[in-house]
Amino acid sequence: MNNSIKMIIVLTSIALVSGVVLSGVSNWAAPHIESNRIAETEAAIYLVHNNARSYKKIETEFGKVYKVYDEEGIPIGYSIVSEGNGFQGKIRLMIGVDTALTKITAIEILEQVETPGLGSRITEDEFKNQFRNLSAQPSVNWVKGKTPEKPNEIEAITGATISSKSVCAIINDVLQKARIEKQSNKL
Amino acid sequence: MKKQISYWKEFSKGLWEINPTFKQVLGMCPTLAVTVSAINGVAMALATTFVLIFSSMLISTIRKLVPSQVRIAAYIVIIATFVTIADFVMKAKFPELSKALGPFVPLIVVNCVILGRAEAFASKNNPLRSLLDALGNGTGFLIALTLMGSIRELLGNRTIFGYQLLPESFQPLLIMILPAGAFITLGLMMGLANIYMNKKKKSEIDSVISKYKESKATFEESKA
Repeated sequence: MNNSIKMIIVLTSIALVSGVVLSGVSNWAAPHIESNRIAETEAAIYLVHNNARSYKKIETEFGKVYKVYDEEGIPIGYSIVSEGNGFQGKIRLMIGVDTALTKITAIEILEQVETPGLGSRITEDEFKNQFRNLSAQPSVNWVKGKTPEKPNEIEAITGATISSKSVCAIINDVLQKARIEKQSNKL
Repeated sequence: MKKQISYWKEFSKGLWEINPTFKQVLGMCPTLAVTVSAINGVAMALATTFVLIFSSMLISTIRKLVPSQVRIAAYIVIIATFVTIADFVMKAKFPELSKALGPFVPLIVVNCVILGRAEAFASKNNPLRSLLDALGNGTGFLIALTLMGSIRELLGNRTIFGYQLLPESFQPLLIMILPAGAFITLGLMMGLANIYMNKKKKSEIDSVISKYKESKATFEESKA
């Protein structure tokens, strides 16, 4: 057989087989991945609000907001899903805030593709715990190489300043939008 | 026909003799990037080994069908397919594992250990030998990455696998967990490996020379 025809046939069939196998695997995996993602988001609603017992979903212009209630049905705050650019890809996180949108209760990183071992440390407790009961008034700030002094400051991770900065920027951005919505009584 | 070596040798050569990191100097990109902690190194090496084994076996099986002009393209497609399958399966069935390994998985496609072994070995040998070769190289990669991860984690963070080994009074060397630390560690480790190899070679040569001298002496004695 002509060699160039053989080349085309072999390469095409390898690509075809690979495509068929991948689409099969993808079809099988997609519902599982989606349900994992939903379960994870739901778990995170309660993770950022320790006292929450139930929640109500509110669709807003900037994404999904979950208003959470304690066991007596009194609203205690919001869990807000937000995403933005990190160092090399999207960071998706869940932010817990009080009803006045001034104090962060906790944050949870849902998805990130930061540098392993450096930026990816934003998922570690040491970083996330800095946001517990952090003041978001007027905005969340970060400091580098020293212990935070003000109530609205966190310490950036060494070697991953951009990732730390991005998390703060995402929070500030979504809180600002939420405050505007809050003023027009949509939340 | 080239000389056939034993199956055990096929496996064990990957551990030291042609260790992917120290001897072939392949797969440096993930090696340098992910070895900030021992557990990262282990995870990366295991994921790579998984892809290495399957792609080596498949490439070896179809080695006679692929024309040599398009072999690299074919190998890349096969490797990328396995990486993507591994990624999907982990995301669907083991979300926790996938979260921990997430950023490493796409790095496997560009790991030249896999392409290197496909090109240098799997495309010329049968599937069984390719499997052993892949296992050996994977294990060698695992050893190298675990060692590097442990050293960097110990000096940069006082811990190995999350267990604190150095006292609080030890000031962590931050540079070790930054990229520069990777180059320093890798350089020193390769240097040590080379010193050891040179010594071994020298002692082998010395023993050959002394044996020769002995036999020459006895020969001259008998002549006298």
